[in-house]
Amino acid sequence: MDNKEKKKSSAANAGRNTESAEPMSYMNQMAEENGGGACAAAAINVLTGKDKMRSYRKHPGSFILLLLVILAAVITVAVLVFLIGYILINGIPHLSLSMFEWEYTTENVSMMPAIINTITMVAVSLVIAVPLGLFSAIYLVEYAGRGNKLVKVIRVTAETLAGIPSIVFGLFGSLMFGVSLHFGYSMLSGALTLAIMVLPTILRTSEEALKSVSDSYREGSFGLGAGRLRTVFRIVLPSAIPGILAGIILAIGRICGETAALIYTSGTVAGIPDSLLDSGRTLAIHMYALYSEGLYMEEANATAVVLLVMVILINALSAFVARRFGNKTED
Amino acid sequence: MKQFREVFMKIVFMISACASILAILLICVFLFSNGIPAIAEIGAGDFLLGTTWKPLNDIFGIFPMIIGSLYVTAGAIIVGVPIGLLCAVFMARFCPPKIYSIMKPAVDLMAGIPSIVYGFFGILVIVPLVQDLFGGSGKGLLTASVLLGIMILPTIVGVCETSLRSVPEQYYEGSLALGATHERSVFCVVLPAAKSGVLAGIILGVGRAIGETMAVIMIAGNQAVIPTGLTDGLRTMTANIVLEMGYAEGLHREALIATGVVLFVFVLIINLSFSALKGKK
Repeated sequence: MDNKEKKKSSAANAGRNTESAEPMSYMNQMAEENGGGACAAAAINVLTGKDKMRSYRKHPGSFILLLLVILAAVITVAVLVFLIGYILINGIPHLSLSMFEWEYTTENVSMMPAIINTITMVAVSLVIAVPLGLFSAIYLVEYAGRGNKLVKVIRVTAETLAGIPSIVFGLFGSLMFGVSLHFGYSMLSGALTLAIMVLPTILRTSEEALKSVSDSYREGSFGLGAGRLRTVFRIVLPSAIPGILAGIILAIGRICGETAALIYTSGTVAGIPDSLLDSGRTLAIHMYALYSEGLYMEEANATAVVLLVMVILINALSAFVARRFGNKTED
Repeated sequence: MKQFREVFMKIVFMISACASILAILLICVFLFSNGIPAIAEIGAGDFLLGTTWKPLNDIFGIFPMIIGSLYVTAGAIIVGVPIGLLCAVFMARFCPPKIYSIMKPAVDLMAGIPSIVYGFFGILVIVPLVQDLFGGSGKGLLTASVLLGIMILPTIVGVCETSLRSVPEQYYEGSLALGATHERSVFCVVLPAAKSGVLAGIILGVGRAIGETMAVIMIAGNQAVIPTGLTDGLRTMTANIVLEMGYAEGLHREALIATGVVLFVFVLIINLSFSALKGKK
């Protein structure tokens, strides 16, 4: 789906290129043609750098806007690059093998238990959230008729759910799972809370993925005598898998980075819990705990590196899955 | 048998679809049933408008926190919206495909970075910077605004870019044909046409900023007083909950849950106006 957007955009950009040359590209052109006889090769409707420069001299306002727009883009990318660079450069020297030992002690401040807890948390949350989100999406796209009232309600609630701050989820989780259901501070409370939190993400991406499957697939399947259920599971789902997978990977990223929703649900015990009903902290909480204890700033920085690398990899994987397999189904 | 399976699965799908409705209902029930009694006990006026928060003396006024949240959100908007909007314009209308293929993943990645890492970055970089420039502790409104402004960038860029792209190409072409420059066409024709989408993006950014927790705790100073200057420390509603929930008991705990209720209501209002705007479009 992401991929499709990208294609559209590049098509749009290409379209504009032929009509009014891109600011960036004519800057390049300008450099190339600096000494030459300028617009010799100008086709109809193609602006060369020189034309553009003349136009900017006439409209200084436009030039300022251009600069502002480029500046904003540069700031955005620069902040990101600076943030990643700063965390990596300051954190990597503090990484040591002792931080990856199996047991957490106050001496090694190992993050291994936290990493394992994070993986457990991701697995349990997804086991709950993926079927729910996927089935909801199937209902919305494949079963509900047009103008169905329920669909509208579900859309609004999913959107609302997506906008609720994580601390409110945390409060709710500790009230419902921790207190009312007597799970206390436990991995299970945390996973259930996170499952609700990522539900809208999975629902929305799955819905988009299912929608992008061409109707002719469904018609073909119905035409061969398959029932609705078989059509969904044998025809529609397999071709929608990449989009769904990309959404699930995004959800994983969100779970890995979540802190506020987990502090008062899964708790901050630094070891690997014996069961899901015991407390354990994920990597993000581990980092917050190290920071707030004030004694382990260097270790917190090293943890930030691991967390950041994890998130970057997850994001790259999501984009890769969407692009790679997206192309395959389109062929 | 086959018929039965079809019907059975349809019902399963439908029940799953109702999960999100159920979740919202449960959240409302649990928050309100735990928070409203506390508000009633403290008194709605004293709770919402009281300017003193002294849990030890049983004085629970969250007005400073409400103001803190609003200030920080406003600051984030002032920092984030101009940059985000211009960046979205760049990505939708100025960006060559090659640069776009770098920008898009970069903005996506920005959205994926955990808030705790942003907070850590803030404490390592922005706090010392503000300290040097303006003195004081460096933790406060200005620092929080800058960091939150950065954090809401991807949200604003994403929504604004989509809405800019959905403006019909003819608008732009028509403007060019009338002799306007590329920039003028984009800013005076395309941007106004995408107005409602841009506004929706800003509202979504407001929602993100007001609900942000971990990053704010680390850099806002957390004093429960109304800030009077740009470098003053402040405490947001979110921070109030996380900071004290760990040891709070009795009415104090309920007052914190009630803070969550107030926050929740704020977010609901923001979300509803977002949906309304989107619906209008």
